[in-house]
Amino acid sequence: MNLWMIFKVALRAISRNKTRSLLTALGIIVGIAAVIAVVAIGQGAQTMMMSQINSMGNNLIMVFPGSQNPGGVRGGSGSGQNLTAEDGESIARDLQHLVRAVTPVIRSGAQAIYQENNWSTQVQGVSIDFPEVRNWEMASGAFFTAADQRAGSRVCIIGQTVSDNLFPGDDPTGKSLRIRNMPFRVLGVMVRKGSNSMGSDQDDTIIAPYTTVRRVLQNSIFNNVNMLLVSLYSLDDIPVAKVEIGKLLRQRHKLGNNADDDFSTIDMTEITNTIGSITKLMTILLTTVASISLLVGGIGIMNIMLVSVTERTREIGLRMAVGAAPSDILLQFITEAMALSTVGGLIGVVIGIVGARTVGNIQQWPILITESSVVVAFLFSAAIGVFFGFYPALRASRLNPIDCLRYE
Amino acid sequence: MLINIQNLFKVYHMGDTSVNALDGVTLTIAAGEFIAIMGASGSGKSTLLNILGCLDTPSAGSYRLDDIEVSGMSRSQRARIRNQKLGFVFQNFNLLSRTNALENVELPTYYDGRISGKQRKKRASDLLERVGLGSRLDHTPAQLSGGQQQRVAIARALMNNPPVILADEPTGNLDSHSSTEIMALFTQLNSEGITIVMVTHEEDIANFAKRRIVMRDGLIVSGPESAGKETAR
Ligand SMILES: Nc1ncnc2c1ncn2[C@@H]1O[C@H](COP(=O)(O)OP(=O)(O)OP(=O)(O)O)[C@@H](O)[C@H]1O
Ligand SMILES: [Mg+2]
Repeated sequence: MNLWMIFKVALRAISRNKTRSLLTALGIIVGIAAVIAVVAIGQGAQTMMMSQINSMGNNLIMVFPGSQNPGGVRGGSGSGQNLTAEDGESIARDLQHLVRAVTPVIRSGAQAIYQENNWSTQVQGVSIDFPEVRNWEMASGAFFTAADQRAGSRVCIIGQTVSDNLFPGDDPTGKSLRIRNMPFRVLGVMVRKGSNSMGSDQDDTIIAPYTTVRRVLQNSIFNNVNMLLVSLYSLDDIPVAKVEIGKLLRQRHKLGNNADDDFSTIDMTEITNTIGSITKLMTILLTTVASISLLVGGIGIMNIMLVSVTERTREIGLRMAVGAAPSDILLQFITEAMALSTVGGLIGVVIGIVGARTVGNIQQWPILITESSVVVAFLFSAAIGVFFGFYPALRASRLNPIDCLRYE
Repeated sequence: MLINIQNLFKVYHMGDTSVNALDGVTLTIAAGEFIAIMGASGSGKSTLLNILGCLDTPSAGSYRLDDIEVSGMSRSQRARIRNQKLGFVFQNFNLLSRTNALENVELPTYYDGRISGKQRKKRASDLLERVGLGSRLDHTPAQLSGGQQQRVAIARALMNNPPVILADEPTGNLDSHSSTEIMALFTQLNSEGITIVMVTHEEDIANFAKRRIVMRDGLIVSGPESAGKETAR
């Protein structure tokens, strides 16, 4: 009997008992749908997070003031420790074989006003290397210059969100907005970057020279910064660079051998690893749930196949009487179990995709349905059919033809 | 000799007691014979026919079909013999329900790789034509009368061109008119060279056969020798 014929017979046997087949396949349907949906959502979330992390900048190390205490929580910034723009310049100069660029970041909340529009946002004081560090280009206009930075000029570059809110339908370049009643000339607008991995809008910002922010907005004579962003040439250099930065800063801060660091560093690989481990945990959890569902589904198939073998004892006898060998009967029932589970798998795949899309639409999550996940799910459901169909099929194939024909 | 059975036993054990359904049967059948096996109920007729048909195995003794020893064969080898050399006709027809006449007739070829889909359909519909059901190809068993169902079963038995047809009370469930039709068909097939071995209770059905074997208590009490062999002697 050729395979296509066997498959046709199997499909017919399944469609004879539609309700029963559907109920039997339910475990498989749920299991496969869960796997597909979870993988789609998980992979989507992961790619989104990864792209957000990458959107933070090129091979970044973040240096914060304050030590990393054993609980992993940083002491509040500015809690006595100093991290200065000069530290940043020193890192850029002394570690130039590793470091592409450095920018300090000083943050200050502010209300920005243009004509009758006002918008509450965050001002970031940075250096001229900021666009390179953050890998962030200008949509229009130009970034501030070294001269602006030296002089502490009241110039700024705004993010798209600020532009949309303060200058709706207008080109902000060359206009003057007011922060704390002081005029700032807008030099340009950054391209849209979207939200970061913590979900906050990176375009809701005003960027100005750190010298300006410190002098004009913070009225501070101190040189403290909220953080230093260090961009490396290569991701592989991150461990080395962290050690080197640590040495340099300890030296600059004149810390004795026994003193704790008065700064801490975080790099993207750590964030990536954290996200990776969360994803892994979720995957393990869901794989467990899906496996249990598939196991239950498989046992359901085995059960119904045993029932089917009993119900069709006479048919088995007749097939044997006209020449079906034990292997033919074995193959027929395995195929039937496999058809049952793959049909379940197909329905599961469809439901999984639809489910993932729906969740994605409602939650505004990205969904990534890969071909391989669909193929694997499909093959896996077929394998379940073969595995759990084997025992009933073996029982059928071992029956004696004459006993089958006499069976009432 | 087409069929040669020597000292065949079939013992059924049930708890402490055992029944000798066949108690040392010796029988030879030549190609082209038409045999009726008769005897009281429980005398072992079906048991013998099932062993002849490789549906069952003897407890002891030798069964040679076409000069090949069958009794020691594996299950798949016997399946092959049933497929190629034997055709069955049962008292209760044994058609696949919810499957039309054509596909029921095609069934034996599914287990015989040699025939293509197109040939298969052609041959099955020719056979149905031949048994007078050319207009009933897509009727399911439920849509056919008993006599028609038995004719479908006969067409199925002929599908792989077997040299032997075995029939256990083929007219047992039929009225006398249909029975006569079936017997006419058997007579026709026999005249074309097919060997027919048939179990029956009915005298007038047995009269269609050329040779009669009577069984009692697991033994053949008359007609064990092949008529062909006798005339040859
Ligand atoms: N599976 C079985 N288990 C136990 N005993 C059996 C079995 N099959 C047949 N027998 C016994 O073997 C003997 C012969 O049975 P068999 O069916 O061959 O009779 P038969 O001649 O065909 O009878 P009938 O004319 O009623 O069909 C009977 O005594 C029966 O009880
Ligand atoms: Mg009988």
